[in-house]
Amino acid sequence: MAEPVSVAAEYLAGSRARAARTVLGQVVLPGEELLLPEQEDAEGPGGAGERPLSLNAGARSRVRVVCGPGLRRCGDRLLVTKCGRLRHKEPGSGSGGGVYWVDSQQKRYVPVKGDHVIGIVTAKSGDIFKVDVGGSEPASLSYLSFEGATKRNRPNVQVGDLIYGQFVVANKDMEPEMVCIDSCGRANGMGVIGQDGLLFKVTLGLIRKLLAPDCEIIQEMGKLYPLEIVFGMNGRIWVKAKTIQQTLILANILEACEHMTSDQRKQIFSRLAES
Amino acid sequence: MEEEMHTDAKIRAEIGTGCSPRGPGCSLRHFACEQNLLSRPDGSASFLQGDTSVLAGVYGPAEVKVSKEIFNKATLEVILRPKIGLPGVAEKSRERLIRNTCEAVVLGTLHPRTSITVVLQVVSDAGSLLACCLNAACMALVDAGVPMRALFCGVTCALDSDGTLVLDPTSKQEKEARAVLTFALDSVERKLLMSSTKGLYSDSELQQCLAAAQAASQHVFRFYRESLQRRYSKS
Repeated sequence: MAEPVSVAAEYLAGSRARAARTVLGQVVLPGEELLLPEQEDAEGPGGAGERPLSLNAGARSRVRVVCGPGLRRCGDRLLVTKCGRLRHKEPGSGSGGGVYWVDSQQKRYVPVKGDHVIGIVTAKSGDIFKVDVGGSEPASLSYLSFEGATKRNRPNVQVGDLIYGQFVVANKDMEPEMVCIDSCGRANGMGVIGQDGLLFKVTLGLIRKLLAPDCEIIQEMGKLYPLEIVFGMNGRIWVKAKTIQQTLILANILEACEHMTSDQRKQIFSRLAES
Repeated sequence: MEEEMHTDAKIRAEIGTGCSPRGPGCSLRHFACEQNLLSRPDGSASFLQGDTSVLAGVYGPAEVKVSKEIFNKATLEVILRPKIGLPGVAEKSRERLIRNTCEAVVLGTLHPRTSITVVLQVVSDAGSLLACCLNAACMALVDAGVPMRALFCGVTCALDSDGTLVLDPTSKQEKEARAVLTFALDSVERKLLMSSTKGLYSDSELQQCLAAAQAASQHVFRFYRESLQRRYSKS
């Protein structure tokens, strides 16, 4: 059957791997393969004339590139597994090719070690609390993982309380474990979140945007009303202001932030500041 | 955030001798796709092909019952609800076909002991239903951020009594056809992931239909790419 073969060959051309550098900032789809920088230079017999002679002429020297969320190693190349924009960060110091990752928009959280999250205590069984963090499994939190907690001095945590903590164990094979102290044994803002306030859910991309160092939304909100706010990387935000009405206004602004441009946002803030 | 992408008019896929010279040429109906339209599921998409419309929602990776959990990969479940009546044996068989296609493409080993559920609701059926379900499921999986090794699409071919090949047939064309073949193809090398056929056809006709479907899938993947680029360009 010559016909299907010739037709298929034309369309295979579209799936050739591209260099990662040329695709930065563009939308990539699952299934695309990306070439890492040193591989393009090594391909082709001519190469750059000025490369020093190496004793092991056949082997290529590899630059260490970190493969972030949305990418997988596939032989020598990177395979894109999620749809989104490809990003790259140069290494701060030392050698290494930096980090490549895909910025995707998602609602579902998958636990990652080191992430600070807001969880809801769902059960108390013996010495551990089961905390719902929005992932596929509830995380476990030992009663000793609070600041100043000892066997005699147990923390006052009830079912239904909100906990702000970080993951110490979070991989695909094990049940996630979280703690409310840092490596020095201090709470550092973590622990049980106080009374009142409102907990609501947003997309993961919005949390990352709000926590970026150059985001002015939180400062603008602070100028509007005095508030307490906690961001969990699992898409949960807890906010508390003086009155319930102010709390609800702030919650609505945060939820709508995702779809508003900065001009629309400034308009809303100025209108609220007047009233 | 709602993104709607319409292609203009019909997309023609001329294959030359792939179609019978008497036929007007192979063409796909008008496509439209909308993502992130439901608030509860982690990912959702609505796919329109002509008058056939399917709504898909994806939940996952989520909790799974201990009886259904698989120790080293995710449990994929597909639920297909017809427009009227209770789901029957035909829906069960289509669910299995869609599930096998999704399992070949989703990287389940990244989320062991979890469940990924795809719920499909038929909004209107005017031919090529299985292909439309596959397209909606793929768009919804992408919207939910489930890791996949490739995209996939569904294409339907109908062969009528004189051997004319029609791509993306309407229900009238499907009823009058001698054979109806549905193929699921992946985006990396247009390989065949799933085929479901009904009727009488010869070996060479099967190869012709497969070639025509592979060429048509190129248009579907280009539509996916444009639709997703437009969605991310707004943010």
